[in-house]
Amino acid sequence: MSALAAERINGAQAIIACLELENVDTVFSYPGGAVLSIFEALRESRQIKNILTRTEQGATHAASGYARASLGAKAGVCIATSGPGATNLVTGLATAYMDSIPLVAITGQVSTSMIGTDAFQEIDITGITRPIVKHSYLVTDVNDLPQVIKEAFYLATTGRPGPVLVDVPKNVADSPCRAEIPGKIDLPGYKPTFKGHRLKIQNACKVLQEAKRPLIYAGGGVISAGAEELLQNLAHRLDAPVAVTLMGKAAYPFRDGYLIGMLGIHGAPAANLAVSECDVLLAIGARFDDRVTANVAEFARDAQIIHVDVDPAEIGKNVMIDVPIVGDAAAIIEVMLEYLDPAEHTAWRAKIESRRALSSEVYEPKGGGEAALHLRDVIAELNRQTKGKAIVTTDVGQHQMAAAQFYNSRRRGGFISSGGLGTMGYGFPAAVGAQLAAPGEQVVCITGDGSFQMTMNELATAKAHNLPIKVILSNNSNLGMVRQLQKYYVNGSYFGIDLEGNPDFAKIAAAYDMAYFRLERPEDVESTLRAALASPRLTLVECMIAKEEMVYPMVLNGAGLTDMVVAD
Amino acid sequence: MKHILNVLVQDRSGVLVRVAGLFSRRGYNINSLTVGSTENPGVSCMTIVVEGDDRIIEQVTKQLHKVVEVLKINDVTAEEYVGRELLMLKVLANKEDRVEIMHLCEIFRIKIVDINKKSFIIEATGTHSKLDAVEQAFRPFGIQKMSRTGIIAMVRGEKG
Repeated sequence: MSALAAERINGAQAIIACLELENVDTVFSYPGGAVLSIFEALRESRQIKNILTRTEQGATHAASGYARASLGAKAGVCIATSGPGATNLVTGLATAYMDSIPLVAITGQVSTSMIGTDAFQEIDITGITRPIVKHSYLVTDVNDLPQVIKEAFYLATTGRPGPVLVDVPKNVADSPCRAEIPGKIDLPGYKPTFKGHRLKIQNACKVLQEAKRPLIYAGGGVISAGAEELLQNLAHRLDAPVAVTLMGKAAYPFRDGYLIGMLGIHGAPAANLAVSECDVLLAIGARFDDRVTANVAEFARDAQIIHVDVDPAEIGKNVMIDVPIVGDAAAIIEVMLEYLDPAEHTAWRAKIESRRALSSEVYEPKGGGEAALHLRDVIAELNRQTKGKAIVTTDVGQHQMAAAQFYNSRRRGGFISSGGLGTMGYGFPAAVGAQLAAPGEQVVCITGDGSFQMTMNELATAKAHNLPIKVILSNNSNLGMVRQLQKYYVNGSYFGIDLEGNPDFAKIAAAYDMAYFRLERPEDVESTLRAALASPRLTLVECMIAKEEMVYPMVLNGAGLTDMVVAD
Repeated sequence: MKHILNVLVQDRSGVLVRVAGLFSRRGYNINSLTVGSTENPGVSCMTIVVEGDDRIIEQVTKQLHKVVEVLKINDVTAEEYVGRELLMLKVLANKEDRVEIMHLCEIFRIKIVDINKKSFIIEATGTHSKLDAVEQAFRPFGIQKMSRTGIIAMVRGEKG
């Protein structure tokens, strides 16, 4: 498209034209006074589908789920009005920031002449969000809009992805825009390293080639780089097992025996023990988060550590690194494969393999007695029936850890969870976004009765668009993860966790026109899930779980990864 | 150890808050921060004095680089540099003290820039420690007001 000067468009129309040129097909939004003209322009778009969420927070999480379920580096887009509309974006932006998810958030703002006067619905949203966005703009000149939108998408999707906020005052959106569309990127200070340093990669390969007990530790960076297949080639070449982080759950979507599970304080014993015993640890697109490392002094104590990350600031932040490599995971693995000869580590892999059974059997849930239903069995069955190919979103809590332990994602980007911020209320709106990004696919939201009630207003959004999301709700009538923390850290003095007043979820389901299944007995898991997954409707499976049920293994504060509590 | 970072930034609104916010959010100790124009229109220089070991300074530098408007960072403490601060103080100058104060100014090679019945305004530039010495020297006369800037610094020679 060429200059639109002659067409006499306003700033709002310029924004929408720019979004169209960025191949945006869906936006998640909530209207208001300061974005009236943006909505007017949006109404006229033939390309962009507008999804009205039920709160702006839902819009950010949905945009995040949309970005993550889309293949390729695609930014999710959300639009909110000024003031409370904008402040409701905060949790969603922070969630996306912590998990490096590409988002572009457009907010309305009061007119430039009113800024600073505490006008109605005025809030300094660029100020409020500064620590939780990759970058932000307050656009004061309408002719800057095309450049700002272009830069916003570029920043959100390149390097280490993240959310970018564009705040547009009402008069700017209403003014005639004479700037050329699309705008030109002018970011002299932003040059993300894509290709890794060849010499460093060669050094890393030397270390890897000499390794006796190599281990790959893969995080979300593998997924954002689209490096899954390359990672598989690398694991095979090195004959090295792969442990993943929560964000990297879908980083190794293959069934070839190399994936040994999730690392961390609720990680698989095979993975936690392996990281403590390996002699070379190759971290790719992961950031040595405290939930992964537990006591960081003991993490991979005997290993030389190679760290591949697109963000130089992550290297050496938490752990001393022997070989740092800055760059895109896919680009770097590709070069590694040029240098690496096939290796064999039969004994090392066999040792790890011998512990695999440990991963699932080590924990025998006792809560609720012999005949009780356990959430992990529901998730394991979900994994069997979907063959791991469903897109799973989770909320935050015990169910999230159970999902991470028992659902083996076989779909790229197919495990969508709030890892860094741990945002309760993320799961269902993220499922809305994911289902819109992948209309023909099975989308399952695994949630708990605490988390679900934070954002279940988005059921209306799903209903309005006939989204056949399957919600698996773990109802244990209390905040289970907090219960678990209180059990271990405050001697079981449970307080403030009882969800008395829970609604009748069957009636909630009926109110939103959902298919509803109540699951109480272990023997019904298989048939109930089969029926639920086959339903073409928005579906709720309410699983009645004992409140005493805990999620194990668990590494207590201060302990190293090998020191796992495995039973009550 | 103290490090002096010269941070060249695009002169856009919000960049100062972004940089300052980064220090507070990540818990880095900032001793002083000055901002001013450079020979390039559209580019400002922030001179930041930050305290920390090598690992912290490395993190500070990397995090600063993530600020989109940051163009270049130079740790001048790693090189030979000239660093200067500016100090202004209003010192009580009674008749009997005036000569001595003027004498002190000569010794320090600093200037009296305003004179009135009861006080002088003294302007001094120099290194941090010199200005500390100036401050100490004038304290006995009675300092009514004092204002000091942060440091600005430049690498000696061809480089930087």
